[in-house]
Amino acid sequence: MPITNSSVNNTVQPLYDERIRAQSVLQKLLLRPDFGALAGVILVFAIFAMLANDSGMFAADGILNWTTVSAQLAVLAIGACLLMIAGEFDLSIGSMIGFAGMVIAIPALYWGWPVWASIFLAFITSLALGALIGYTVVRTGLPSFIVSLAFLFILRGLTIALSILFTNKTIVSGVSEVAQDDWLAPLFGGEFGSDFFIWLSKHDLLATYADGSPLVSGIPMIVLWCLLLAAFATWILLYSPYGNWIFATGGDEKAAKNVGVPTAKVKILLFMFTAFCATLYASCQVLEYGSAAADRGVLKEFEAIIAVVIGGTLLTGGYGSVLGALCGALIFGVVQIGLFFSGINSDWFRVFLGSMLLAAVLFNNFIRQRISQHS
Amino acid sequence: MTKPIIELQNLSRYFGSVVALQGINIQIMPGQVHCLLGDNGAGKSTLIKTLAGVHRPSSGHLLIDGQATVLRSPKQALDLGIATVYQDLALVPLMSITRNFFLGREITKGWGPFAYFDLKTADHIALKGLADMGIQVRDPSQTVATLSGGEKQCLAIARAIYFGAKVLILDEPTAALGVKQSAKVLKVIATAKQRGLAVIFITHNIHHAYPVADQFTLLKRGRTLGSFAKSSVSREQVLEMMSGGSELAELEQELAEFSYNDAHTTQQDQAQL
Repeated sequence: MPITNSSVNNTVQPLYDERIRAQSVLQKLLLRPDFGALAGVILVFAIFAMLANDSGMFAADGILNWTTVSAQLAVLAIGACLLMIAGEFDLSIGSMIGFAGMVIAIPALYWGWPVWASIFLAFITSLALGALIGYTVVRTGLPSFIVSLAFLFILRGLTIALSILFTNKTIVSGVSEVAQDDWLAPLFGGEFGSDFFIWLSKHDLLATYADGSPLVSGIPMIVLWCLLLAAFATWILLYSPYGNWIFATGGDEKAAKNVGVPTAKVKILLFMFTAFCATLYASCQVLEYGSAAADRGVLKEFEAIIAVVIGGTLLTGGYGSVLGALCGALIFGVVQIGLFFSGINSDWFRVFLGSMLLAAVLFNNFIRQRISQHS
Repeated sequence: MTKPIIELQNLSRYFGSVVALQGINIQIMPGQVHCLLGDNGAGKSTLIKTLAGVHRPSSGHLLIDGQATVLRSPKQALDLGIATVYQDLALVPLMSITRNFFLGREITKGWGPFAYFDLKTADHIALKGLADMGIQVRDPSQTVATLSGGEKQCLAIARAIYFGAKVLILDEPTAALGVKQSAKVLKVIATAKQRGLAVIFITHNIHHAYPVADQFTLLKRGRTLGSFAKSSVSREQVLEMMSGGSELAELEQELAEFSYNDAHTTQQDQAQL
């Protein structure tokens, strides 16, 4: 029978080119989740090196400027990245920043608490809230988009209402004064590397002010936190068993459950981690600038998600990289500050951001297709 | 004679008023492929789930290594060496072969909180586990999504074997596969058999299972039509028992008409050419 013969031949044929094809280095690079973001970083640096080279953007204080902005966002993005790889969102982190800031400032300024105690209180409260959000998501099976959107409003409303209740104000300042002799506060509001910069200026490697003090007095602690957090998250994701569970939870929850991965626990812990990141951001902000405001962190949840998506993490979960999220945050910071330095109207920033997001999502889709292609 | 590794004695399972399984007697021998045949609704799924610890029998006994055992959870079944490879395979497509192989049972190096997932060794073991089953993989870090259906099935089987399965329950392992891919899976099953594992091969298609099976048990509407050694029964006899003689005769007649029509149209096509 000619019909059966031909069908057998068809199934035999694709077998022999199955594994012979060699991949070039470029092809391998293309399959990395963070490749697009790495290329994007090089691209924006190239653009602003041309546009803003003589504006001081790449002088010591300019570099510190965009590094700090990027690091702030990166702290949030690292948390959002792990959670997104596990297949969930947390839209409440922006409100959490405002909330945690107030939890630090109000007890310290109005109730006479030592600053370290109110910092601990902020972390404990946020971790509990993160666990509550995670538990709600896992228990109800509702999309985390809706659950965390609810908490976006609940937390923001609560922050404003409570700060008016306790202080009659929505902006509380004066934290710097009470934090002066605190042992914990410098860990968030301080600077590091000051001696190094003084040494640099003494050897004429760094510009100085008229009084001889170096142009850059030190690097804000948030930069150090960002690097520590990135190293920690990368290690967890790629080199610990939990990373395997995070990928599996987002990649195929049912399969993960079937082989015994505690997916609910994974998700709840990651919601707590994003809350931790938001509180870390808030602590650094409150202790560096000395004030807390009820409207701090508005839209930060979306900026974090944008940075993560630009970094190559799939919105649907199961694939992504912390390094990518860092690159996404760096692109964000460099463009934001770069536009200022190059004198371009900063309204264009959002236009750029939206376009970048769209391009990144399209690119990620392409990568996903490539990695799941039958070779 | 070797003793059966699993024995079902007069096992029944009811769901409310529905009789899913009634008086099942089966013996599963190590080093043999036992083919469970049955049409849709014959009770195959209930039987697998009973063996896998998902359902408990309503009456009758389940003997494992000669011991009457009540399986309380899938985990307990797994600990006793009964591994079930379901149709969805429990593989995560966007993760690498190695990461899937060790998912939920990651091997670690180092101490306490600093213990890390030993990917290097894991890569090695996954490659070897697959190679032992006759599956050559170029790169264990490539994603599972790039594997063919047959390779995925083999990966799931190799994983179960590596983690100490003594009894392998395969739920329709060749259902969605082409001829060549099925052959690959059958080869893996034959290898597993050679290594002394008991394999329970569930299918509704005798042609897929016949080449590797040693025993056949036919399920129909929750009851067994008996178990047969391959030597004592031909493919056609099994088929006939499965569908019932008269139905098969009708089917044959229909098929004959089809082939007549096919031949007729082919002749016409050739005439036109």
